[in-house]
Amino acid sequence: MSALLVLAITAPLLGLVPLLLLGPRTGERAALGMLAVNVAITAGIAERVAQGGRALGYVVGGFAPPLGVGLRADGFSAAMMLMAALVLLFTGLFAMTGPGDMTRKVKARGSAGMPATFFILLLSLACALNLAFLAQDLFTLYVALELLTFAAVPLVCLEGKAGQLSAALTYLLFALFGSVLYLLGVVLIYGLYGTLDIAHLAGLMAQGTGGATAGAALALMSAGLMAKAALFPLHLWLPPAHSGAPPAASAVLSAVVIKAPLFLLVRLWSDLAPLPLTQVAGPVFALCGAAAIVFCGVVALAQERLKLLIAYSTAAQIGYLCLMFPLAASDDGPWSALAWTGGTLHLVSHALSKAAMFLAAGLIAETMGHDRLSGLGGVGRVAPVSVAAFGLGGLSLMGLPPSGGFVAKVMLLTSALQQGAWWIATVVLVGGLLAGGYVLRVVVIALQHPDSDAASGRGLPDARECRWRALIALALAFGAMLVGFMPLAPLPFLDIGRPVTWEGLLP
Amino acid sequence: MSLVFDAVLCLVLLAGALGVVTTGAARPAVIAFIGYGLLLGLAWVRLAAVDVALTEIAIGSGISGVVLLRCVRALPAEPLTPAPNRMLKPLAAVVSITIAAALAAVVLALPEPAPSRAADVAAALPATDLGNPVTGVLLVFRALDTLLEKVVLLLSLVGVWALSRDPACRGRPAPLSPEPAPAPSAFLARVLAPIGVLVGLYLLWAGADHPGGAFQSGAVLAAMGLLLVMGDQIRTPAAESRGLRLLLLAGPFGFLAVGFAGWATAGVFLGYPPGAEKAVIIAVEVAITVSIAVTLGLIVLGPPAGEERP
Amino acid sequence: MTGALLFGLAGAALVGCGVYGLLTAPGALGRVLGFNILGGGVFLMFGVVARRGAGAGFGADPVPQALVITGIVVAFCATALAVALLVRLCAVQAEAARGGDGDKET
Repeated sequence: MSALLVLAITAPLLGLVPLLLLGPRTGERAALGMLAVNVAITAGIAERVAQGGRALGYVVGGFAPPLGVGLRADGFSAAMMLMAALVLLFTGLFAMTGPGDMTRKVKARGSAGMPATFFILLLSLACALNLAFLAQDLFTLYVALELLTFAAVPLVCLEGKAGQLSAALTYLLFALFGSVLYLLGVVLIYGLYGTLDIAHLAGLMAQGTGGATAGAALALMSAGLMAKAALFPLHLWLPPAHSGAPPAASAVLSAVVIKAPLFLLVRLWSDLAPLPLTQVAGPVFALCGAAAIVFCGVVALAQERLKLLIAYSTAAQIGYLCLMFPLAASDDGPWSALAWTGGTLHLVSHALSKAAMFLAAGLIAETMGHDRLSGLGGVGRVAPVSVAAFGLGGLSLMGLPPSGGFVAKVMLLTSALQQGAWWIATVVLVGGLLAGGYVLRVVVIALQHPDSDAASGRGLPDARECRWRALIALALAFGAMLVGFMPLAPLPFLDIGRPVTWEGLLP
Repeated sequence: MSLVFDAVLCLVLLAGALGVVTTGAARPAVIAFIGYGLLLGLAWVRLAAVDVALTEIAIGSGISGVVLLRCVRALPAEPLTPAPNRMLKPLAAVVSITIAAALAAVVLALPEPAPSRAADVAAALPATDLGNPVTGVLLVFRALDTLLEKVVLLLSLVGVWALSRDPACRGRPAPLSPEPAPAPSAFLARVLAPIGVLVGLYLLWAGADHPGGAFQSGAVLAAMGLLLVMGDQIRTPAAESRGLRLLLLAGPFGFLAVGFAGWATAGVFLGYPPGAEKAVIIAVEVAITVSIAVTLGLIVLGPPAGEERP
Repeated sequence: MTGALLFGLAGAALVGCGVYGLLTAPGALGRVLGFNILGGGVFLMFGVVARRGAGAGFGADPVPQALVITGIVVAFCATALAVALLVRLCAVQAEAARGGDGDKET
């Protein structure tokens, strides 16, 4: 029983009290403090999982599953939690330190009243994400997903512009549709097995008693998660929502919010579903993933706005995780383990690099006053650190060394080649080329001589990027690079605590 | 006989749902939806789930209905609708019927005997001293879900308030109606509200052992509050008021505090002190009822309109 | 337990109705209503699961009942947020149409 798991969920919530009761300045400081505490808690969990070499568990209220609800941290959830906590803290700092779009207005209007809704949402996100990574009960996970949606949707429309409002509404409707599908799957699972605890269910499902209904339930839950994760073909809500939001909000939305449903998709098919079923479903996911990588990659190439380009790149990059499913489920010893590590590592490195890129894009747009690619010629001169952060983050998307994306993609590629899945290997390579295309296009424009843009009559503004905040973006990009120094072998840490069981964790 | 009643109820329920989704105009659709919600409540009674029936009628039909009706009034009368694709409706009908048929087949194929946690709940319930098993599940066995769902409720109010024109989110919500309340509604508010409050308190009190509980009670209390606002009997509170904020936080964070106290008294998060379970559970219920009532009422009233200028 | 089965079939049909509403609704309000009908159908199916699991002196398995209560409240929250977004969106659009100086950047 590790109390840290409970603290991971409750500590971020405690930060809401000063935000709602005290003035915005005190509230914001308390919120940042809580985000730092959250990093410490998640680091503590990761450290204990690594030290003990096994999962941590907690039974809430003392009622063991299946009647009660349990929390459980294995290597995969610990890694995801730590990554999310870091991104949230850095984004919080980014939103706090400078005259950010959303904090400026609130601060300018005095101290009374609702302080910085942004920080309330950020802390709620921290709680929701930790819960999604820890909960072992399918309905508690539903609550976690809802909490995530309710914290994420208002982030899209903090400035209240018409475009943001309509993007938020579309996002909400997609997310709600996803929740209902997920819940329908949960209902069928309960009807079949009378329990919602993942460890118990895994045992029951392995006996193969559910038949077609069990498959239908998993399919419904997966479809719901796909809608929430914006997986092709349910990705249409993502680009307007992620590109229209203020930069700090875009960063958390693209980097961590969609990672929770993706994480649960992996949980569902690697820990809950019996292997034969995963082998049937795997190719379907891989097809969706391949379509996402190719289609959204091409669309990203054609974008004229920097933030839309990054948003489409998110929709493309989450496809890589789906390529993992057939490779990891093939029961091919080390090669399937390699694919598993590659896919999960990609979740982490994409989060760090995408957060860096959205923050950098926000600073570039702030410096130039717009984010139209055609008018960004020479922006490298006024926003050098931001452009560097964008480029470094881009390395990971392209899959070039040294970067986390490189390691993850090489792992997927190796596994695909070893298993003879040529089409998956091709998609990995094509996706890398497309990412190279859209990232380099931005970098080339940014490094142009500003005079070459003189024909359009737009020179560089006198403004300079906010160095402090650009360094935050750069730090995140370096984080994505650091992930790249992993050995090119299955990572034992990510495998701690699998398969899911309560054995030895309950009092 | 009861089978005939159930069959008729199911058919009427379906007709109501079809009415909601096929009616083109907004107001009739919402009114049909409210009626559908009441019928759904009846269905829940027939399924021996009176707690759910009360929640569905109070929140799923009642408060949701008020929110939707306010929305209809705020929207432009004729929203611009692009000419629908002629193929859309038949295609959608085929898709929906396929889904419904597949789900019906799944329902018919559910295993016999049905798996159930009823025995576990029955075995663990006496230790909590509660008579209502649903309250036991909500506040004891799966207290974590309920606690976090309170946070969801609070967060949805934060989301609504974030849509205020005032970025600092101050002031009172726009009045429900620009004119002063007509005498009948003021009279109605004065007469009905005390009765409603009594009903709400009864639901809260009964919830420990009989159907009822925090949600049902909170919804009734919120409705009475709205009645008083509509009858001009009380002013809507300003969003920045510290007292109001405390009422909003009392439920979720009171519950959280009890959860932490569980570490000291029962040795586990969200455990209840042995011997005093029922008293603490009722205290938690009172706190969350207050917060639910205030939160639901404020959600219906909408975002604050900004600071008032004297 | 034929009665419960009847409600199960009704739940399945309600899900179908809700999907139809989501697919064909001309505006966001219609989609919100469709989502609510869909949710009601899912909850009703859960209620049937609960009723089938009656035992130990309870008329229905209390665990699904509690989950449905939580679900109804979450669905309400979703409806309220969607409606608030829709009302604000219409107000902003109406202002832009009147003043003509709406936010063209978005």
